[in-house]
Order: sequence, then structure tokens, then C-alpha cells
Amino acid sequence: MEEIITSIAQRTLVAGTPLLLGTIGEVICERSGILNLGVEGAMSVGAVTAFIVTFNTQSIWLGVAAALAAGMLFCLLHAAASISFQANQVVSGLALTMLGLGLSGLAGKPYVGRPLAEKMSPLAVPGLSKIPVLGPVFFNQSPFFYLGIGSALAAWFVLRHTSLGIKIRSAGENPTATEAQGVNVNKVRYWCVVAGGAFYGLAGANLSISYSKSWIEGMTAGRGWIVIALTIFALWNPLRAILGAFLFGGIFVLQYLLQPLGISPNFLAMLPYLATLLVLLAGGLRDKRKLNAPAMLAEPYVRGQR
Amino acid sequence: MVFPASKPKSFELLEMVGITKSFQDVVVNDGVDLELKAGQILGLLGENGAGKTTLMNILYGLYQPDRGVVRINGEPVRIKSPTHAMKLGIGMVHQHFMLVENHSVAENIALAYAGTPFFFPRRKIKERIATLAAGFNFDVDPDRQVWQLSAGEQQRVEIIKAMINGAGVLVLDEPTSVLTPRETGDLFGMLRRMRSRGHAVILISHKLDEVLDICDRILVLRKGKVVGRAAAGDVGKRDLARMMVGREVVFSIAREPMPRKEVVLSVDSVRVRNDKGLVAVDGVSFRVFRNEIFGIAGVSGNGQKELVEALTGLRPVQEGKLSVNGFDITNHDPRTIFDHGVAHVPEERIKFGIASGLSLYDNSILKQQHLDKFSRPPFLAYAKIKEHARRLVSAFKVKAPSIDIATGHLSGGNIQKLILGREISERPALLVAAHPTHGLDVGAAEYLRRQLLEIRRQGGAVLLVSEDLDEILELCDRVAVMFQGRLMGVVEPDDARRADIGLMMAGTPAGAGEAV
Ligand SMILES: Nc1ncnc2c1ncn2[C@@H]1O[C@H](COP(=O)(O)OP(=O)(O)OP(=O)(O)O)[C@@H](O)[C@H]1O
Ligand SMILES: [Mg+2]
Repeated sequence: MEEIITSIAQRTLVAGTPLLLGTIGEVICERSGILNLGVEGAMSVGAVTAFIVTFNTQSIWLGVAAALAAGMLFCLLHAAASISFQANQVVSGLALTMLGLGLSGLAGKPYVGRPLAEKMSPLAVPGLSKIPVLGPVFFNQSPFFYLGIGSALAAWFVLRHTSLGIKIRSAGENPTATEAQGVNVNKVRYWCVVAGGAFYGLAGANLSISYSKSWIEGMTAGRGWIVIALTIFALWNPLRAILGAFLFGGIFVLQYLLQPLGISPNFLAMLPYLATLLVLLAGGLRDKRKLNAPAMLAEPYVRGQR
Repeated sequence: MVFPASKPKSFELLEMVGITKSFQDVVVNDGVDLELKAGQILGLLGENGAGKTTLMNILYGLYQPDRGVVRINGEPVRIKSPTHAMKLGIGMVHQHFMLVENHSVAENIALAYAGTPFFFPRRKIKERIATLAAGFNFDVDPDRQVWQLSAGEQQRVEIIKAMINGAGVLVLDEPTSVLTPRETGDLFGMLRRMRSRGHAVILISHKLDEVLDICDRILVLRKGKVVGRAAAGDVGKRDLARMMVGREVVFSIAREPMPRKEVVLSVDSVRVRNDKGLVAVDGVSFRVFRNEIFGIAGVSGNGQKELVEALTGLRPVQEGKLSVNGFDITNHDPRTIFDHGVAHVPEERIKFGIASGLSLYDNSILKQQHLDKFSRPPFLAYAKIKEHARRLVSAFKVKAPSIDIATGHLSGGNIQKLILGREISERPALLVAAHPTHGLDVGAAEYLRRQLLEIRRQGGAVLLVSEDLDEILELCDRVAVMFQGRLMGVVEPDDARRADIGLMMAGTPAGAGEAV
């Protein structure tokens, strides 16, 4: 029994990690006022890049770095469209997703079904991993897991307790007032979108070289959309994102566990979105300000207009 | 007094020479020359839309002039951005608040302060505010969220923001229109101290008495051109008004007596809570009659805003009853209340009065779009709407390049005129007007006062909320003074206590006077 619980818990964290990485990116991006619906596409691009580079160089870390860079470059497109050209962010984001899925499918064609010689192995934290139950669950995880937790804490700290964080959040709340204080809103937003891209890239790498060790088209399997929902579920707070990511990760694991019992996986796949709606409803009924959504999210900002 | 970043940055002289700026082929500033020395306060006057804010936005680096140069200490500078302006020692408090509402006071100030540390900025800013508090008369809690602050408190945050970096030149765009007389006094005391320390100030205001009181020199703009310069000692209020609008302005209008007939609005023991959940209106009762202007005087933040919002359906009433012409409107939605003849000129006009991204003609029928004359359901009748908008614009002298532009592009006073026009044109049974002359130039204020008296003459009722005692005494038949959520008494037209209204605003109850 103990083993089953340990294994479920362990797999929950594994399944939640890419969601957490993606959500951190989207929280940063949306806090600055830009909605990026291209997560699914950017994750896909990250996954295929990490796989191809690792496959050809045999270096896992080179693969991770390449995925990170690919995610950033890819999201630069969205930044340019939505910030410099004030395009509709929903349209630009959706286009990015389609582009990303298409590009990664094309680039990855020759690699389909070819396993990686070496995949990223779990990193046991010396000492801590020996603790019964907790050890194997928390301290014998993929490096991506530690990276995710560390990044979430760092993102929370930066947003909440630094002057950069105030600038980012102000840009998402009231760009005109922010600009009047001498902050270059467009620059802040560019960097936030690109930083978001780095995290989507990492989330993709997590999938293709740590979670599994092969590439198939569409392997992101809707995780990008769950990230969008999670961002709202976490009410734009990286700490709550940790909680949410592993909650939603648990739902992934349950899909496999409960299937033999006759519970449709489709029903479970729906749960993250349902949970997000419930959070919005519960929060919205109490006090809209408590939801804390960035006030100018997805509103194009034109400099010098009042 | 302790001053933020102590000394002005060796500022001597500011010159703006031949500044010209157009928007969409409309010339807004036309060859404007302005000169300001250290230790001077310059008053910048002009009608609504004369180009005052635009000129200052150019100085602050928000706009680039089409022609002309700015020189500081004789050195020509191209001010590229607000950051650049701040570096050059220019600080500005904007006409409309530039605050992040969902952030705390400390976070807003951190955004402006050049010395904000990267880590834990709030802690440092709080210390800083605490050390400044004494000298500034500044008692705003740095942890409060801005949306919870009164207009006066928000203004104080803005002034701190503009000066915290030690500006040599401080630009204040209509800073007093939302301040109480006492706060204005505090502000002016502070400006005088700044002047004696060698700072220079540019003050935009429509309140001529104030300008004459504090400014050394005065510059008057009309239609983007300089039409007058004067030393404050050499001119009077009438001269300034004439320079601004190009005609004589009547400052006080005679109010003919009217019979007090049927009750229009009745307010019975109403209790309302504010944003923080505290009781803001505490058992208030009064009536307003046909042919009457009923004034609510008082320092802002004493429940006037909450009372007005309850009346117009924007805020729930906890207890008590509101009725208009005998119909119970308590806790009805704004539309139903509007349909019963209640029009509303809100205090926060950009937020509640207009949709700033929509065109003038769209805004000219907000809340009225369902009326037969503007729609052929399910469609809007745009030809009629535009016709209506054109009528409003010409009747209320709204200065706008066209009725198709986004309403947010209008100057502050012109937005106010558009809202007034829209609300008054429906000939409401009751007009609830909060600070309606805020931001209006002398000519427009005169026109507005005439309009209010006209509503009264035609059988309407007006509830006028204002901090401007002169305005209240001139227009209102009866005046109630509000203090800490209660009415301190209602003063009748020929009441000897009229002289005591100022005292009542500070919380002294008025003898035996009972609410009607
Ligand atoms: N960004 C813009 N785009 C188009 N027109 C503009 C813009 N900014 C200002 N204007 C126009 O310039 C004119 C002058 O505006 P400005 O705000 O400088 O007036 P103002 O003197 O400050 O008036 P008020 O006393 O009402 O504040 C107005 O007619 C306004 O519509
Ligand atoms: Mg102005």
C-alpha cells in the first residue's frame, strides 16, 4: 500500500512539473499585461528542439539550452505582433500555437520513433532522498522538478518583493501611468513575453528528454492549454501555481488509474478547466478585486495615447 | 521642513521657445513662448482645450513638439521621455491621476522614486514616507490600496511622486480641483516653501482667486496661442477671465425665488457602506423638491460619494429608503433609476462618465441607447445619434476636432462638458451632480450654472454635491452640510447660519436645524 501511494505521489509530481514550468512563464507574461495563447505551440517547439539537439550532440544540457533559446525566439514573434504592432493578442497567440505545432511536426518527422540513447535521469538529493516516503517522492526527481520549484519561488519573489516586480505588475495594471513614471512599458513587456517563452521551452524539453525519451508529433497533448487555465486557477501567483500544477498533475495520473474502474479519461481531462471555472466563479462572487487579474491584460497599449 | 531629495538640481532658467504642436491637423500649441526662473510660480491659464496640458506634456517628454525648442539654463534640450524629463529635474502631477489603482501607495511611489532599491522596495519607501510625513502633513497609510483612497488622498500621493526625486521644476495640472479648501491651503504652503528654496512651479488652474493668490506671473493661452502675460499684482480676476475667454464673464448669477412644491427625491434614514465595508452614510434623511437646487456641502470623504452612488444605483443601500417622485428606487439598477428620471454627473468622470476609447457620438448616448429616439431595435439609429452628438457639441461648446474621434482625446474640461450635456439634455426630474464645475474654465462654469438654474426653472430638481462654498451658496436654495456620514443640519435660504457653513463642514453641529 505504501508503495502504491509513494508511486502515485511521485508520478503526480512528474506529471505536474511541465505544467508548473509553463505556468510560471505565463504568469510572468500576463502580469505584464500580455496574454500569450501560444503556449502549446511554444512548448512543442521546445520539445522538438531539445530532442533534436540532444539526439545529435548526445548532450542533454545542450538540448535544454537549445529548447530555452527556441522558446524565447519563438515567443519574440508574439511580442513583436502584440507589442510593436498592437495586434489582437488572442489572434496572434492562436496563430503562434498553430505555427508551433506545424513547425515542430515538420522538423521532428525524421525523428519519430527513434529513442534517445540517454535521457535525463532523476537527481537524488544526497541524504534527503533516503527519508522514508518523502525521500523518493520529493528528493529523487528530475532536475526539471527542482528547477520548477526554484523558479516559482524566484518568480514570486521578484514579482512581489523587487522594484522590477512592481514595474512588471504596473505595466499590466496601468501602462499609461507606468510610462509616465519613466518606465519603458514596451521594453518590460517584451522581456516578460520572452521570459515566458524560455519557460515554455523548458517545459517542452521536460516532456521530450525527461518525461519520455522520444518525440512524437503532438506530444504536448493539450498541456499548453492547461497552463493557460492554471494561470487563472493560480490567480496569477507563482506560489499558488505550484499547488495548482501538482493538483492538475494528479488528475493526469488519475486518468490512468481510474480508467480500469470505468471512469472515462475524457471526464478527468475536463477537470482542470472545470476547476478553473469554479475558482473564477467563487472568487468573482466574493469580490472581483480579490481575483487580482491584471487590469489591462490583453489590451493593446499605444504610447502617448490617453 | 524636510524636503524629499533636498536641493533642486542647480536649476536656474527654463525657456520654451516657439513651441508648436498639432494633432490630426488641428494646431493645439501655436508658437508658444514660456519663460520661468528659479524661485517663481507661474500660473498657466486658458479655456478648456486651449492647449495647457499639451504644452506641459511636451515639457515632460510625453509628446514631441513639431517645432520649437526647450532650453534649460540656456542649454537646448530635446526631452525624449518622462524619464529624461525627471533626470533634467522636471516633475509633473497630471490632470487625471496616473496611479496604479490596484497597488498600494508604497508601490506607486516606488515606481516613481529613482532611489528605489531593487530588493524589498516597499520597506525602504515606507521608511521614506514616514520621515516625510511630518513636513508634508501627509497622513496616507503606505499600505493602503490606491482604489480605497479619496481623491484628495490620491492627489497627495501624486504630489509626493512628482517631488520625491527632487524636481527643480514642478508642473501641477489642475491640482486643486479635487482638493478641499484646507488641503489647498496645505498645498500652497508647501509650494511657497518650495519657491523660497529656489524651486520653480508651473500651476494650471481654473480657479482665478487661487492663481492670483499664489502665482508671481501669469501666462494666458487661447486656442493654442499666448494671448496675455502679466505679473500677478497687476491684474484682477475680471481681466484674467476676459483674456481667457475673450468676453466679460458673469461670476455670480441672480437666482429668482421659486415656490417649493412637490417632493421629487426623498431620502429616509439611509445607511451605506464604503469600499472598506465601513458605514459611510449613517442614517441620512432629506427631501428635494421641484424647482429646487439642494446643495450638499462638506469636505470630500465624508460620505458624499457613497450617498451619490447609492442614489444612482452604483452602490447597495444597507438600510433606509430612497424614492423619486413616489417610486421606490432603493437598490434598483442604474438603468431603472435613470428611467425614473435621475441623471448623474459622476465625480470620477473618466471612470464612470465615459467610455474613453469610444467616439464622441457613442458617448453622447451612453445609458440612453435604448431610448426610441436613438434606436430601431435591434439596431442603433446612427444618423440620429450623430445628429444628437452634433447638437450637444455645439450647445455645450465642446471643443473637439470631430465627433468621430475617441473621447479620451478630448481635454479634461471638454470631457466634462460632454457628460453634462448628455445628462442635462434629457431634462431629468432629478439631476445628481457631483462637483460639476471641476475642471471647467470660467466661461464654461458660468454656462453650466445657468443650465442648472434653467433645470430648476423648468421644474426639475438638482442635488448638487460640491466643496466649493461660493458655488453652493450662489446656486442652492437649501444647503445641507455632511460630516462623517451625517447631515450636520439643513440651512434655509435666508438663514443667518449660512455664514456658519464653513464651521459645520469641520464638524460643528448647526444649532437647532433639523433635516426636512
Ligand atoms: N493625443 C491627442 N490626440 C488628438 N487630439 C488631442 C490629443 N491631445 C490633445 N488633443 C486636443 O488638443 C486640444 C488641447 O488639449 P489640452 O488637453 O492641452 O487642453 P487644456 O488646455 O489642458 O484643457 P482643459 O482645461 O480642459 O484641461 C484639445 O482640443 C484636445 O482634443
Ligand atoms: Mg488640461
